[in-house]
Amino acid sequence: MQRRWNIHLWAGFAIVLLSVISYIPLFTLFPVTRDVPWVNYLLFIAGALLLFIGMKRAFGDPQHYRGKISGSILSVLSLLMIGVFCFGTLYASKQIPTSANAPHVGQPAPTFSLTGADGKQIALADLLKGNRGALLIFYRGYW
Amino acid sequence: MRGFEQHINDFHQRNVAVAVISVDSPEESLKLIHSKSFTMPFLSDPKAEVIRSYGVLHPKGGEDGRDIARPAEFFVDSNGIVQWVNLTDDIRVRARPDVTLKAIDGLVAGK
Repeated sequence: MQRRWNIHLWAGFAIVLLSVISYIPLFTLFPVTRDVPWVNYLLFIAGALLLFIGMKRAFGDPQHYRGKISGSILSVLSLLMIGVFCFGTLYASKQIPTSANAPHVGQPAPTFSLTGADGKQIALADLLKGNRGALLIFYRGYW
Repeated sequence: MRGFEQHINDFHQRNVAVAVISVDSPEESLKLIHSKSFTMPFLSDPKAEVIRSYGVLHPKGGEDGRDIARPAEFFVDSNGIVQWVNLTDDIRVRARPDVTLKAIDGLVAGK
């Protein structure tokens, strides 16, 4: 008897893969899906559920369903991807200095004069001139 | 930063200048400005001296172990006094423009 293709395994794997690769180009664009990547976590749950059903079929009903080997490989790969993603979002991205020496509210802001992208010097005083204040955004850079 | 660029008029209406600072060279910043159509001034601090003076250095945080800035936002009033600070504990989570605007509005109202 021809055994059926175990589509749940492949669908589950595809969802997990899509979730991982879509986070940076898509979900980081919106703070609501970036700060806590809940969409990705939900996709992981959906993918894992499909993989679980597929594996149950592959091992529980091997006469009708394929996927003992492919399902095992896809499940391990999916778990690895989920693990790396969770490590990155729950641990790695929090590894930054506490910056206890940063000026506190009420303290004078260190003055500076830096080169702008157009090659001109811009000082803190230039930003403050005629303004109520200046918002300084420090960022990691794009290298 | 894209969020702040989208809200740049809200800051300018309040007479608040917005500037971004990183270790990127002016040439690197120029590429970013062109590709994402930024209008905010991008200030280059290649030796991370100003970044260090603001206490927001992330030693060896960049590629190849380069010293870079950790994400941080400061609001400095016209007298040069820090009035608002946001130090995230996660590089993915930055200050949002609407929250920042509210904080600035709150400062002014409280004066």
